Amino acid sequence: MPEITYREALRQAMRYQLRNDERVFLMGEDIGAYGGSYAVTKGFMDEFGERRVKDTPIAESVVVGAGIGAAMAGLRPMVELMTINFSLLAIDQIVNNASKLHYMSNGQIRVPLVIRMAGGAGSQLGAQHSHSLEGWYAHVPGLKVVVPATPYDAKGLLTTAFEDENPVIFIEHTALYASKGEVPEEIYRLPFGRAEVMRPGADLTLIGYSGSVHQARRAAQQLAAQDIDAEVLNLRTLRPLDVDGIIASVRKTHRAIVIEDDWKFGGFGGEIVALIQELAFDDLDAPVLRCSGADVPMPYAGALEQAALPQEAGIVALALRLCEGEAA
Amino acid sequence: MGQHGKTGTLTRHDGGAGMTGDELVALLHTMMEIRRFEEKAAEMYARGKIHGFLHLYIGQEAVATGAIAALRPDDYIVSHYREHGHALARGVDPKRVMAELFGKETGVTGGRGGSMHLFDVSKSFLGGYAIVAGHMPLACGLGLAEQYKGSDRIAVNFLGDGAVNEGEFHEALNLAAVWKLPVLFICENNFYGMGTAVQRVSALVEVYKRAEAYGMHAEQADGMDVLAMYEATARLAKRVRAGEGPAFLEAICYRFRGHSMADPEFYRTKGEVDRWRTLDPIASLKRRLLADGVLTEERVADMQAEVDDIAREAAEFAEQSPPPPTESLTRDVYVDAPSAEEGSRA
Ligand SMILES: Cc1ncc(C[n+]2csc(CCOP(=O)(O)OP(=O)(O)O)c2C)c(N)n1
Ligand SMILES: [Mg+2]
Repeated sequence: MPEITYREALRQAMRYQLRNDERVFLMGEDIGAYGGSYAVTKGFMDEFGERRVKDTPIAESVVVGAGIGAAMAGLRPMVELMTINFSLLAIDQIVNNASKLHYMSNGQIRVPLVIRMAGGAGSQLGAQHSHSLEGWYAHVPGLKVVVPATPYDAKGLLTTAFEDENPVIFIEHTALYASKGEVPEEIYRLPFGRAEVMRPGADLTLIGYSGSVHQARRAAQQLAAQDIDAEVLNLRTLRPLDVDGIIASVRKTHRAIVIEDDWKFGGFGGEIVALIQELAFDDLDAPVLRCSGADVPMPYAGALEQAALPQEAGIVALALRLCEGEAA
Repeated sequence: MGQHGKTGTLTRHDGGAGMTGDELVALLHTMMEIRRFEEKAAEMYARGKIHGFLHLYIGQEAVATGAIAALRPDDYIVSHYREHGHALARGVDPKRVMAELFGKETGVTGGRGGSMHLFDVSKSFLGGYAIVAGHMPLACGLGLAEQYKGSDRIAVNFLGDGAVNEGEFHEALNLAAVWKLPVLFICENNFYGMGTAVQRVSALVEVYKRAEAYGMHAEQADGMDVLAMYEATARLAKRVRAGEGPAFLEAICYRFRGHSMADPEFYRTKGEVDRWRTLDPIASLKRRLLADGVLTEERVADMQAEVDDIAREAAEFAEQSPPPPTESLTRDVYVDAPSAEEGSRA
């Protein structure tokens, strides 16, 4: 299997859709002439023309709203919002329209719309450009929320997103675009709501998504050196959430830590903790913990930003605490 | 404005917006200081001292310099993320601006904000903002407060051409107009929002006409000419200060560098950039002051040496400053609210 980047994996999924489905078109700020702020759509305007690849004004609300309208009329638009930070200007359209038109119309209307955006922190972009708000979207019934961690995830999940009949919030991680991994050349689909066991283990479960999966994996390697066998779960989608997969893993390991870049208070990790205690309380040998971002607006300075984000060392420390209990 | 020496020519200067030779030289000095500062910042970025996004003001120096010189020092300035020039023109300490770009404790926000979020409340410089058009409602609020207090202080809002298609642009203009708020909007139309040319995304390319549609006084000015910027801003600020409601100034200008340091500039030709470079605001004013005998080549060389020193010293100061302490991470999330980690702060 060829090794390609996360960016290239996304490009392959989009190119496949553009070639094979005339109803698919892309629009967003600077996706055409500029080539996309993360170069995901580079060259697409030349390849597919301005009818299929549209540069939009800087006007997130109307761009998403128009995407919803076009989807209502039978097309399958993909809107790129550049970053999750700017999705805040479109949140009215996403929450008040996209998420509930199917329901409000008693099933008459469908909104098969993919809204792509880059999220996450770690690049010293400051407080207004470093949000991890996937939990906000996952809170909303009617939306699907996809958070690929690897190039393999990116291609398979984006293909599924394009073919879904519902609005899909597809959140890429800014720090992952250049990361590499094995990806089949042919097109394939990864189901929503099915987590991947990235590393099987017996002693505790590290639950991550998007960027935090990689921290979990590295922490698991460090733990292995200390004879702790951690299972790493890559959620892939937050809504639908693979509740069965999470519970099955916890039933096996009896301990869990959720790792997320998001703020801890009211964050998505809290939802996972709640589900585990509701469904697997008797299987737990220790409280389920969270390793989350600090509850502060993201600072610019490098060391401060790192201090505000979950780190492998922090995950390892929490894991040791959970597993020490067993030894005692 | 940066310090500058006497030129010996103190007479009123023809075509110099009613300014003395010294005042004209001061404008040149500020523009040169901004240019040199930005070049130094680019160099420091390349050396890995500055991270994240860095948007340079090179090419647009005349806009901030001319406009801000025409304001009162206590008039509020609210700017976007390409704001180093506005901060320096307002007199924010270049050392502390550079230290901010380095993410150091001595920076204007202690390393919290970085390039896109400079703040210096002591200079009525109320920030650089990174959400396009998101700062415009704030300028309305600052104006509202001054109107409410009965003061004659005004708020000046710098924005880019890319902001004009956001809802917040329209909401801000309408509110300012209907409440006659003392806000002067200055739109720096440099013909591109990132890599997208204005005419590809704006149905009406003359930005000032949009403001007119909201019933406010609006004009266009040559943003490559510092004196034109000074003259227009002085006139518009006077109206706004007199309680005649908001005004809008569209400054026609051009950025010589990429949108940010990461921009490969596929969307414009080198020929286009070169044509605009012939209108370099610094070179133009220099030529003019030399021709008029306001400046000598010798004095120009001295000024260049002065601004070189300012930029170099700023970089040295930034380099030598300590990073912010990790304990400061949770400070200031709330006013005077002690966090669990740090306990109570006096
Ligand atoms: C709401 C929002 N959408 C998108 C962006 C990404 N972005 C940053 S700068 C920029 C272009 C803005 O252009 P303009 O207003 O003309 O200012 P200039 O960079 O030319 O000074 C864009 C699209 C953003 N920061 N905020
Ligand atoms: Mg612009």
